[in-house]
Amino acid sequence: MSQLIDLDIAGARDALAKGECSSEELTNGYLEAIDAAKALNAFITVLPGKAIEMAKESDVRRKAGEVGALEGIPLAIKDLFCTEGVLTTAASHILDGFTPPYESTVTANLWGQGAVLLGKTNLDEFAMGSSNETSYYGPVRNPWSMEGAADGLVPGGSSGGSAAAVAANLCAGATGTDTGGSIRQPAALTGTVGMKPTYGRCSRWGTIAFASSLDQAGPMTRTVRDAAIMLGAMAGHDAKDSTSIDTPVPDYEAAIEGGVNGLTIGVPEEYRVDGMPKEIEDLWHQGIEWLKAQGAEVKTVSLERTKYALPTYYIVAPAEASSNLARYDGVRYGLRVPGDDITGMYENTRAEGFGAEVKRRILIGTYVLSAGYYDAYYLQAQKVRTLIAQDFAEAFVDVDLILTPTAPEPAFGIGSKTDDPLSMYLNDVFTVPASLAGLPGISVPAGMSASGLPLGLQLIGKAFDEETVLRGGYALEQAAGFSGKPSPWWRS
Amino acid sequence: MSVDAATVRKIATLARIAIKDEEVPPLVGELNQILDWVEQLGEVDTDGVMPMTSVADITAPLRTDAITDGQKEAAVLDNAPDAREGHFTVPKVVE
Repeated sequence: MSQLIDLDIAGARDALAKGECSSEELTNGYLEAIDAAKALNAFITVLPGKAIEMAKESDVRRKAGEVGALEGIPLAIKDLFCTEGVLTTAASHILDGFTPPYESTVTANLWGQGAVLLGKTNLDEFAMGSSNETSYYGPVRNPWSMEGAADGLVPGGSSGGSAAAVAANLCAGATGTDTGGSIRQPAALTGTVGMKPTYGRCSRWGTIAFASSLDQAGPMTRTVRDAAIMLGAMAGHDAKDSTSIDTPVPDYEAAIEGGVNGLTIGVPEEYRVDGMPKEIEDLWHQGIEWLKAQGAEVKTVSLERTKYALPTYYIVAPAEASSNLARYDGVRYGLRVPGDDITGMYENTRAEGFGAEVKRRILIGTYVLSAGYYDAYYLQAQKVRTLIAQDFAEAFVDVDLILTPTAPEPAFGIGSKTDDPLSMYLNDVFTVPASLAGLPGISVPAGMSASGLPLGLQLIGKAFDEETVLRGGYALEQAAGFSGKPSPWWRS
Repeated sequence: MSVDAATVRKIATLARIAIKDEEVPPLVGELNQILDWVEQLGEVDTDGVMPMTSVADITAPLRTDAITDGQKEAAVLDNAPDAREGHFTVPKVVE
């Protein structure tokens, strides 16, 4: 089965179309790979029975001539998407046993195009984290390893299980969600492709909310072409999400080979942050040269308020989280811990059900929204957010895409940052600004660190111009020719 | 602005999260570290700037005010830790 799981989405699509394999065979191959990769802890729930059943149904459809865009393709789903009749945890103790009676719109769209559900992937609790270490179900280990890191490396977060599953060929592709970098940063740390579409492109309905003005679902794949195929299936208007945009979904795959000749690429001077490792800076320069060599014009742009993006994010996101997570009260679903009275029951349930990082963010959010502090913190952050979005709007008058590194460093050791929330937050320094502005971004694996770990470059585009982002991403991918795969130490 | 132990206890009460005495001092430190860092937003001149309330440039869509869903009592109650006779249950709140 090893050859089958080596196929990316486009490759599997061709093999299935030619009848070289069935979805059932492909699905079996992945289930075996998942079973042999328990050491990665990439999945919270694996669904062998359901996956084979869905694969068989897909094979029947194919015989009947019904072939969706992802017909028979086995996918892993971040355990933040509600899946009907399947345990959905958000990697939190507080959702113990929660089995949604409905399906999220994004996953329903994927099944509508014929995809197969392999299982639900691990993540930071409620998607709050940059290392997948805040999960109630334990940290995910990055398939990439490094000498001297005995406990293993983090895969990034919060979509760390999805990123690890894609990097280790445990699925053809996976879904992620990105609030401040949770798709792009783990993609960079695992040598995979991760795309956050424009806010409003994918429906948020049925995706467990973290910060509703920022949350956006997107694909995590081995190649840019696969990201285009998956995004096309995930995206679309949904009346059940009032922020979902009612505009046609373009043929993303058709757009990727357009090349960058004639495009103008912006390089923001403010992203040259203090203490940026030389190898990250060198890769960024290399990326500029690659795009120039393919005919792009490169221009320096200014995103003046960049340094304020992270502090803005760490007011806005916790504020929204404190409000969204108020629903976990031990009454309607999940964990309930008794107390002396109803307030005691709420307080005990939430004390035991939430982990340390989630509590920290709820407390910060509650504080910045509380009487007397609202104007100084929350309102000011919302104003600065407006200015950050304006900076991007001004830059995009002159350029088509903006090129930056995805993350300030390669994968780091499990446990190396858990005692210092701030140093963890800084990992999202390059991804958070585009999130605040609602813009689409992609991370493409582009090189290796001196320590032998993958590094990513990020392209940010104009709102709803995912096509140009994918075009640029494909050009970067072709130039970089990144073909590294971690050696499968985890196979048992 | 910084928080002290009393403020941390007050926020935790507002957020309905029970905290133990020994959890308070580390939380004071962690929250102050984060608050000291976000304090820098105060230096940005935001006079006349509108706060962002929606990142997407769309007006809220309107729909017909009609019932489109319902009759799902069993499904709604299915995940409740304790549900009886078609209701969620909570500890006694009225004497």
